[in-house]
Amino acid sequence: MSACWPILHMTVNGEDRAVQAPPMKRLLDVLREDLRLTGTKEGCGEGECGSCSVRMNGELVNSCLVPVLQAEGACIQTVEGLAANGELHPLQQAFLHCGGAQCGICTPGMLMAAAQLLAVNPHPSLAEIREGLAGNLCRCTGFMRIFESVVFTTANSAEDSANRGAAQAALAR
Amino acid sequence: MRTHATTRIVGASLPRKEGIDKLLGRALYVDDIGHEGMGYGATVRSTIPRGLIRSIVFDPRIDWSEFTVVTAADIPGKNHIHLIVADQPCLADGQVNHCEEAILLLAHASKQKLREAQAAIHIEYDPLPPILSIEESERQDVIIWGADNCFKSFLLEKGDVDSAWGSAAHIVEGEYRTGAQEHLYIENNGVIAEYSAESGVTVRGSLQCPYYVHKSLVAVFDLPEDKVRVIQTETGGAFGGKEDYPSILAAHAALLALKSGLPVKMVYDRMEDLAATTKRHPSRTRHRTALDRDGKLLAMDIEIATDGGAYSTLSSTVLSRATLHASGPYVCPNVRIRSRSWATNMVPYGAFRGFGAPQSIFAVERQMDEIAATLGIDRIELRRRNFLHDGDTTATEQVMREPVILDQLMDRALDESDYHARRARFARENPGSPIKRGLGLAAFYHGSGFTGSGERTLNSLAGVDVTPEGNVRVLVASTEFGQGTNTVLTQIAAEAIGLDMRDVIMAPADTGIVPNSGPTVASRTVMAVGRLIERAGLQLVSTLREHAGLGERFTREEFFAACEVHRAAQGSVVSLCRYEAPPGIFWDDQKYRGEAYPAFAWSVQVAQVAVDTVTYSTEVEEFWAVQETGRVINPVLAAGQIEGGVAQGIGYALYEKVVSVNGRMANSQMTNYIMPTAEDVPPIHVYFEQIPFRHGGYGAKGIGELPHDGPAPAILNAIKDATGVSFHAIPLLPEDLFAKLATHYSAEAAAV
Repeated sequence: MSACWPILHMTVNGEDRAVQAPPMKRLLDVLREDLRLTGTKEGCGEGECGSCSVRMNGELVNSCLVPVLQAEGACIQTVEGLAANGELHPLQQAFLHCGGAQCGICTPGMLMAAAQLLAVNPHPSLAEIREGLAGNLCRCTGFMRIFESVVFTTANSAEDSANRGAAQAALAR
Repeated sequence: MRTHATTRIVGASLPRKEGIDKLLGRALYVDDIGHEGMGYGATVRSTIPRGLIRSIVFDPRIDWSEFTVVTAADIPGKNHIHLIVADQPCLADGQVNHCEEAILLLAHASKQKLREAQAAIHIEYDPLPPILSIEESERQDVIIWGADNCFKSFLLEKGDVDSAWGSAAHIVEGEYRTGAQEHLYIENNGVIAEYSAESGVTVRGSLQCPYYVHKSLVAVFDLPEDKVRVIQTETGGAFGGKEDYPSILAAHAALLALKSGLPVKMVYDRMEDLAATTKRHPSRTRHRTALDRDGKLLAMDIEIATDGGAYSTLSSTVLSRATLHASGPYVCPNVRIRSRSWATNMVPYGAFRGFGAPQSIFAVERQMDEIAATLGIDRIELRRRNFLHDGDTTATEQVMREPVILDQLMDRALDESDYHARRARFARENPGSPIKRGLGLAAFYHGSGFTGSGERTLNSLAGVDVTPEGNVRVLVASTEFGQGTNTVLTQIAAEAIGLDMRDVIMAPADTGIVPNSGPTVASRTVMAVGRLIERAGLQLVSTLREHAGLGERFTREEFFAACEVHRAAQGSVVSLCRYEAPPGIFWDDQKYRGEAYPAFAWSVQVAQVAVDTVTYSTEVEEFWAVQETGRVINPVLAAGQIEGGVAQGIGYALYEKVVSVNGRMANSQMTNYIMPTAEDVPPIHVYFEQIPFRHGGYGAKGIGELPHDGPAPAILNAIKDATGVSFHAIPLLPEDLFAKLATHYSAEAAAV
């Protein structure tokens, strides 16, 4: 049976990986079960909560809605791929500093959504942050400290303090 | 008063203790844990609300010898889940009393085969007439529980209510309803159970109260206490939803583990979790209020009814808290509160942040606005005239011994929200605009810790020990599920002992390791358990000074060296403390009179709403939360509690509706059970006033539940302010607004 399954290749967090799996198996399950990358979480299994968000070929996807066949040859980043060289990613530092994570179960998906947002829009307005994270549900924080974490990240990466002031002003709305 | 004038660590916004693990994705939640050769469990559930089980048919096309099948007959001990009353079976035996009641359990190594097998079991019933509402249960035409369908009733009386009506200048009546609410923790319920003859039952899982699960398993398996071990895994949100339900799930998984001989994992998917696990109790509250000419309260006659669902679970204690919060933060000489929790054939309701208080505070804070409108007194002024102050007594005749600063909280809330200027602006802008804006507020308290004699009964034990590796460990069964237990308790231990945060770690929440510091509920952890940790830390230092030569001032190295001296002499370095009630506490559990809570947290919240009279949608545009919760141990975490609670309260008011059809949840998906998203939650402004509470950990009182109490009444009061129309029930969805506002506006148009 399993011998009939295709061998699929993908780049996950910068490493080439091959998995033999049923083609309709959810990318979420391949990540968690086959590759033991359990940082990506399942919250609803129907693409509503965003806990399973990963970045695939420069897009944010709900990995519970992606059959692994679609990920053949894809470049995928999960929460495990954010920190580099033993240092937290600036978003992770910001979430830690600002209190952006509470129970932590939405956090991996939220971090990926925030990373995607900043990749396409390095200096989002508060409205753009809200929109960028609208597909990721958090039941603990009321989102305030998550917005603040994203603003903090952009403010710290900004070269001049004017940007930082603008970011803080955006937070105050 | 004991003060903590200078603290190094308490009061600082130190980062979350387990934060880095969570941010790196390496924190292990139950579904992240696997075992070689592990089986998976599934539950076969009732599809009807009430009936007798006539037959269970196993489809012969399935090879059932591959599966482990567990029924009530396989339970070695008692077939009940131990909470307060032993009325809820672990597995239905002959009769079902609600939809989704567990009848039979299956285990298999393949999740896929398990799903097929689940669908191949057909249960036939002889249906019995169900009760699906409070009103049907009250009528008692059908008796489904006890002699009268009533799980619990309370009668609280202060003064003489009936003598007040004759002399009252005004009498105002109102009826208020609240709906069920789902916790919607993003991590569903889940456990892994193992069984061996030598060690007995071990359960790991997502849960709030390891010792509740422990107690329940001891009864179901008829095992000695030391043959049951419960370990909390990282828990992805709880909000009360993992207070009582994990006892059921743990028993199910452990029964499958016992029979199959394999470790068994049971993790619900979202639909099963939504449909089968507990929710907030729906309620109906009636107020009859007598006032004098100046708007001073003369009498409050309050009747509360809650829907408890099919089994009693925690309904009696939820009702108790609803009762004790029903008269609001006001002084009234004559109060009568009659409350009852009714049995229905709905899925049992359970603990949820606020625990009865959001229901009764919704009623009283809406009633105050109705009174203000009837009397023509400003709603703020009406509240100020009746606020509790130091030395006043509550409905239970508890004397306010600690400072009460409601006026100050109100001033701050009005000031920070620029209330008067905004309201004047809305009065100018609303006429002629399809968007009607308004402001509403709510004033309330939340009692910290267990009710009445509860904390004494719990008799909590907690403390610290020192490992040979050179760490201080906090020994508590109090769990972390996002609220910050780990961080705040290590802060308290580090402060008391005089170490840095990095020297203090949490012992695992494992009943085989930590003492029973009580359940992680009721906004009690920082106040009650935090105080035990503070005392244990101070006690440890003083022991080391006395017996191990520790100096008056000491370095980190000197401290741990002294610990090793002590260990060499005593074998271990442990300091435990047991709960001691504050002096002068009196509570009469029969008459519901006396000190209802060791402390109260206080709050005034203001909501700004915009009601769209074209789409009938309501947006909460801005929110202000001002509170006094004693000493704030970690400002960032504390503000996070307030913001999260407010967001959940906004959902309770405007978004979250449990739709039931014949006792079954019809919207058991995140697609159609809607919570506020990042685009829906308004800016939430949080302000703390701090009055240290002498019997709380470094002056702390309870905080976690308080913020959920106010948003619903504040928002509905704001909608009244915006539209001139009163609404008396939540959740208030656009269709509900349409039903009443459309007539209101057409009548208004006709009048013009």
